[in-house]
Amino acid sequence: MNDMRILERAVQQNDIKISARKVQVYYGEKHALKDVDVDILDKNVTAFIGPSGCGKSTFLRCLNRMNDTIDISRVEGKITLDGEDIYDPRVDPVQLRARVGMVFQKPNPFPKSIYDNVAYGPRIHGMARNRAELDEIVEKSLRGAALWNEVKDRLSEPGTGLSGGQQQRLCIARAVATEPEVLLMDEPCSALDPIATSQVEDLIDQLRADYSVVIVTHSMQQAARVSQKTAFFHLGNLVEYGSTDDIFTRPQDPRTESYISGRIG
Amino acid sequence: MSDATQTSGAPAAQPKASLLVADPRTRKRNAAEARFRAYGLAAIIASLLALVVLLFTIFSGGLGAFRQTYLTIPVTLDAALLDKSGNRDPEEIKKVLTLTYGKILDQSLQAAIEQNGIVIEGLTAKDVSNLISKEASARFRSHVLADPELIGQTIEEPVLVNGRVDGFYKGRVTMESAARDGNTSPAQLQLAEAFREKGMLATKWNWSFLTNPDASDQRPEAAGVGVAILGSLYMMLVVLFLAVPIGTAAAIYLEEFAPKNRLTDIIEVNISNLAAVPSIVFGILGLAAFINFAHLPQSAPIVGGLVLVLMTLPRIIIPARAALKSVPPSIRDAALGVGASRMQSVFHHVLPLATPGILTGVILGLAQALGETAPLLLIGMVAFVKNFPAAPPEGLFDPASALPVQVYNWTQRADPAFMERASGAIIVLLVFLLVMNLFAIFLRRKFERRW
Repeated sequence: MNDMRILERAVQQNDIKISARKVQVYYGEKHALKDVDVDILDKNVTAFIGPSGCGKSTFLRCLNRMNDTIDISRVEGKITLDGEDIYDPRVDPVQLRARVGMVFQKPNPFPKSIYDNVAYGPRIHGMARNRAELDEIVEKSLRGAALWNEVKDRLSEPGTGLSGGQQQRLCIARAVATEPEVLLMDEPCSALDPIATSQVEDLIDQLRADYSVVIVTHSMQQAARVSQKTAFFHLGNLVEYGSTDDIFTRPQDPRTESYISGRIG
Repeated sequence: MSDATQTSGAPAAQPKASLLVADPRTRKRNAAEARFRAYGLAAIIASLLALVVLLFTIFSGGLGAFRQTYLTIPVTLDAALLDKSGNRDPEEIKKVLTLTYGKILDQSLQAAIEQNGIVIEGLTAKDVSNLISKEASARFRSHVLADPELIGQTIEEPVLVNGRVDGFYKGRVTMESAARDGNTSPAQLQLAEAFREKGMLATKWNWSFLTNPDASDQRPEAAGVGVAILGSLYMMLVVLFLAVPIGTAAAIYLEEFAPKNRLTDIIEVNISNLAAVPSIVFGILGLAAFINFAHLPQSAPIVGGLVLVLMTLPRIIIPARAALKSVPPSIRDAALGVGASRMQSVFHHVLPLATPGILTGVILGLAQALGETAPLLLIGMVAFVKNFPAAPPEGLFDPASALPVQVYNWTQRADPAFMERASGAIIVLLVFLLVMNLFAIFLRRKFERRW
């Protein structure tokens, strides 16, 4: 069944959105990520898989410079977004993060109303001139996150009062409200039950129409279900990167094969 | 069958203990737990007892300060004595000294005794004139100065009686002790009793304890905490306007923005150390820095306030940092993830969540500063201050007292009536502290949000 779904979702576009070359990440003395070269395509879902501590989340956080908030981390190499080096000293990470949105492992809505959660990004970026425009953005984002019908009558209730799956979709709505070009998702379903997971996965599939989505996941099944491209990380190295179809059916590297077949990891 | 039971061996050899009987190990553990609970309960009871004894001592000794005995006598304000020019010019009236008013009171008192037909054996003229407080004539004078139209009329003037007579009605003085006392006599107390039977002498609620300034050693009945409350209030204003913004800004910077390096480590350790420095050291520092070096006036609330600011700063910074630290990092990530700047993430999300913790720290810091005595002694706030400080900001530079210092001051004096005043001042201080703590609890409840 998985195979069928992979076939349905052939890679559709080949515009390179993010390109990483020789990326090294150090946490203090620890060399956490070694020589990572990846091209992330636009309008595709790219999955990063690998065992815990292999550096996949670290690499994801490099893509919108969230690692800057960790004092001891150091990033070398070159990462470009639409050809522009995001680690150029002239780049303001705040501006970058508006274009590269992020959804975290644990749903982390602000302790504010559902409306304010979604409206926060547009507000600070001045995307709406008046309340009506803001309302429109909020509705569009919540619809985009497949949450509108569930919350439209209680927008003023706190976002923290929603269920786990709803909270995570709220976080996705919050991320898409700023109209990013790339959406980074750090194990977005690891705190969710199977039903909520499948809702979020469906959502990711829809988001592909508008965004380049990068998702880190522990679950190989999830990577197989939602992604077009898959990268396998192991011990800080990018072992193999290719179309999801190839990685899961014809892995080139023995380590990938062992991981996929469940012998390591 | 019997074989099987034999071979299943080990458990059968040791017969299973019944669940209905506790084994020795369990009994031992349970006994240990019971003992520990008993210790805890004993500790709680002991501390509660201590608190009850403390509160009982303070309240039984201090509530008397809120009641005061007054003698109300008819007084004729003779225009010939008080306003010689007869034109009711306040400047002219002011020229008449307190001594004259004292004489008028004396005469009125004598007249009152005669009118009511009070005859007491062994009553001397000194007993009569001493019945009313030495402070009474001064109050009488200010009463008349405030309302010159009274001159020429006969008014019912309530006058303070002396501290011993007041003490007689609060159980502090008895006929036996009065016989041995140079400042009163049984005859004087009998006179007071006679007035009380006529309904002219009564012990009433005493607002003037809260509004009056301190009084000299001879007149405890007139002493109040007015100047001390005002001084403490001014110092709290200084602390509020300096320590709170500086402390929270320092905490926010250190917690959210400062790079983590050797220098910030040193600063952090030093802030913690500063919180442990004895307060009297801050007093010496204040004396050297603010009075000897900066030449600010002695006994002024501004100096006291500045010293308390130095003392309170670490006590605000440390809880504020803890409050900021307790905000989950996922909130910061969420804000940064949608493209908020560091400052936006702090001020829009982290700070509102940390507010209850910060406010609690601020109020407890203020409460501690309010009760601080030692540093104030060193910068001269222990002085006898009779004049009220002006309104701020000028008033911050006028001499004033402070509540805890006033308590210290009164406990040093000989007259036992001051002990009552000191306990009364402690009650006032405790009420202020209680109100502040309740306010802290209220704020915490109001702003507390869950995430």
